[in-house]
Amino acid sequence: MDFGLSEEQEMLQETIRGFAQNECPTTRLRELFDKGEGHDPALWTALAEMGIAGLIVPEEHGGAGMELLDLALVAEVLGEYAIPGPFLGHALAIRGVMLAGSAEQQAKILPDLADGSQIATAALQEGDADWTPESWTARVRGGRLTGEKTIVSHAGIADRILVGLDAGGLAWVDTRGEGVVIEDLGGIDRTRPVYRVRFEGAPAEVLEGGGGNAWQLVETAAVLLAADAFGAATKLIDIDVAYAMEREQFGQPIAQFQAIKHTIARLGTDIEPARALFWYAAHCQDAIPDEAARAASVAKAHITDRAMNAARESVELHGGYGFTWECEVQMWFKRIMLDRSLLGTPDQWRERTAVLGEY
Amino acid sequence: MDLEYSAEHQAFRDEVREFLEGWPLKGDEARLPQEEQEQIFRKRGIEAGYVYRAVPKQYGGSEQPQDAIKDRIIVEEFYAAGAPRDLMSQGAGLMVPTLLEFGTEEQKERWIPPALTGEANWCQGYSEPGSGSDLASLQCQARLDGDEWVLNGQKIWTSSAQRAHMMFGLFRSEPDAKKHEGITYLLVPMDAEGIEVRPLREMSGGYEFNEVFFDDVRVPVENTVGKRGQGWQISRATLVHERNLIGNPNSMREAFSDLLDLARSRKINGVPANEDPGMRRRIAEIEGYVQTSQLSNMRQFTAANKGKMLEVMRPMMMNKVAGTDIMQMIMKCAYDLLGGDGILAPTESELDTWGRQTTSTGWVLQYVFSMGPAIAGGASNIQRNIIGERGYGLPRDLRRES
Repeated sequence: MDFGLSEEQEMLQETIRGFAQNECPTTRLRELFDKGEGHDPALWTALAEMGIAGLIVPEEHGGAGMELLDLALVAEVLGEYAIPGPFLGHALAIRGVMLAGSAEQQAKILPDLADGSQIATAALQEGDADWTPESWTARVRGGRLTGEKTIVSHAGIADRILVGLDAGGLAWVDTRGEGVVIEDLGGIDRTRPVYRVRFEGAPAEVLEGGGGNAWQLVETAAVLLAADAFGAATKLIDIDVAYAMEREQFGQPIAQFQAIKHTIARLGTDIEPARALFWYAAHCQDAIPDEAARAASVAKAHITDRAMNAARESVELHGGYGFTWECEVQMWFKRIMLDRSLLGTPDQWRERTAVLGEY
Repeated sequence: MDLEYSAEHQAFRDEVREFLEGWPLKGDEARLPQEEQEQIFRKRGIEAGYVYRAVPKQYGGSEQPQDAIKDRIIVEEFYAAGAPRDLMSQGAGLMVPTLLEFGTEEQKERWIPPALTGEANWCQGYSEPGSGSDLASLQCQARLDGDEWVLNGQKIWTSSAQRAHMMFGLFRSEPDAKKHEGITYLLVPMDAEGIEVRPLREMSGGYEFNEVFFDDVRVPVENTVGKRGQGWQISRATLVHERNLIGNPNSMREAFSDLLDLARSRKINGVPANEDPGMRRRIAEIEGYVQTSQLSNMRQFTAANKGKMLEVMRPMMMNKVAGTDIMQMIMKCAYDLLGGDGILAPTESELDTWGRQTTSTGWVLQYVFSMGPAIAGGASNIQRNIIGERGYGLPRDLRRES
């Protein structure tokens, strides 16, 4: 019985933390945020060289062969430093191929993704509320894909897209091929820009694993979004603490006022214990399949909801400055907004929790 | 991460389950009063090595080698079977660990065994009218007169003082010493001359806590635990060791499950409440908190078991306030599910029971009771100060240091 991280997992997080501190401090993050491209090829290459791009890809296909929990731990640190880049979509595309691709398809597709030389993303959601596999309508007929997907992260720079199909199938599409129209939606999280993608008879390869895996993919997304939001929220609390210690009013740091201290304690009490919630949800994906769906539901709903609350209160805690573009809080605030709204809101995941829990 | 139990621990669990088939008691024993039945079974638990594992045999414990996973299995299985385990009284929970660490041999032999069996009931004399959160400001006086202490003053919020045989309490023995010094830890017989217990009525209608008045109460000097004037440090040291800091999340899970049953039995606008979309979401939101708390507990347990307590100090500090908040959420949801029945007053028999109640009035009582733990043992706002100051390194409040 061991509900904790291994030394390797702790080291993995420390390595990326160290990298993020050196290569993407707040000043650099600000530059990238203002530019709004949500991508820095040098950052991505460096992360890929550290093995992040192919973390869960089996070793025989050039990856590190690690578990979903490791992937979630990376997501946490990327959220903590609000690192811009295509990690989320890339990881989901890989997960989709691993869940639904045949052995041949995996051998063909995964190596280029594992080393990060190709960037992939995942196009799942359709209308603003159609994020469940049952509601997808994109379809492949005669090797051609027709349909429209929305809120596709980093589609503008992706080489390949994993697409969710009607009846829960998945297909693999070359972004640069014919019949793929990509439109920038101007997303609020400038570290992870989002796009609408229209497929007008685009050549597509259906992953042969078939239906039933799409929900697992969506649940993986839920876990990674929860982990990202958790990382972002813990960082915001650290930012709050630093600001409260530094900002003086009535001749003393505002941290000495109970109203401020209690706010930070409340936010901490809301967030810190939830670390175990995303650990468990991620671990279930690999090791406890019976619990995986419900654990993912609870994690996505609970963590993104509490993180959003922490983000709102963090703005308030900074006073008027908190509402300015200049204040760093907004970068994490918007990061959490995406984590919360992409692929189902807390309310929707709570309804799913109720269904799975047979209320 | 590996959530499976080892073969050894799995076998241990089977062993515990087999033992627990003896509860509830059967035959003639089943006709004895509940309290006696519990004493009988607790005694069997000690003999089998499941109860009071950390207490030496000579003082009435079962003295087992430390194994946190076995301890957890015992807690889980005894809880599931509703079987009596270590007495969760103030005496067994707080006074016994104190004596084990600081008591003389005579004190241990005399006071520990009856506290464990429940033959002797203990109450805790810490709080005073002016000394709640600022406990070290306590004033209740102990003056040495020959080989006896003479006590004068008042304690308050003393739970179960009306049934207690003994009190372990903190008294000011050196009025001129600094605030945290000059406090002495004493064991006081409740039948001593000059003690008066006056019950305080709770908002629930019951009588659980009391005021205790001391008027020239004489206590032999050998009832001093540790050194004179060291009472504050002694009481703190055992609080640090209090294993209840890592609470038992099973009761929260049970309460949640009861809530779900209640939702299934009530209606909202003519529809079963568990089918109402808003209510489903609200319950699912509560489930998020319940699961978080359980898993965080598991993380803390693992870390403690590996000797990595420092890594989980922060979530541990959060357990009490998070736990009481979640229980209040559950009870408030139940109260709302009751609709108009939420007005009903608990019955007399329910007032004496602190256990689970799933009748309407029982739920009302639980709703009222759920506020108690948020105050007892350090009110939530005090806990938040601790989390802010020790957990996040924020400066201390402005306070007088003397």
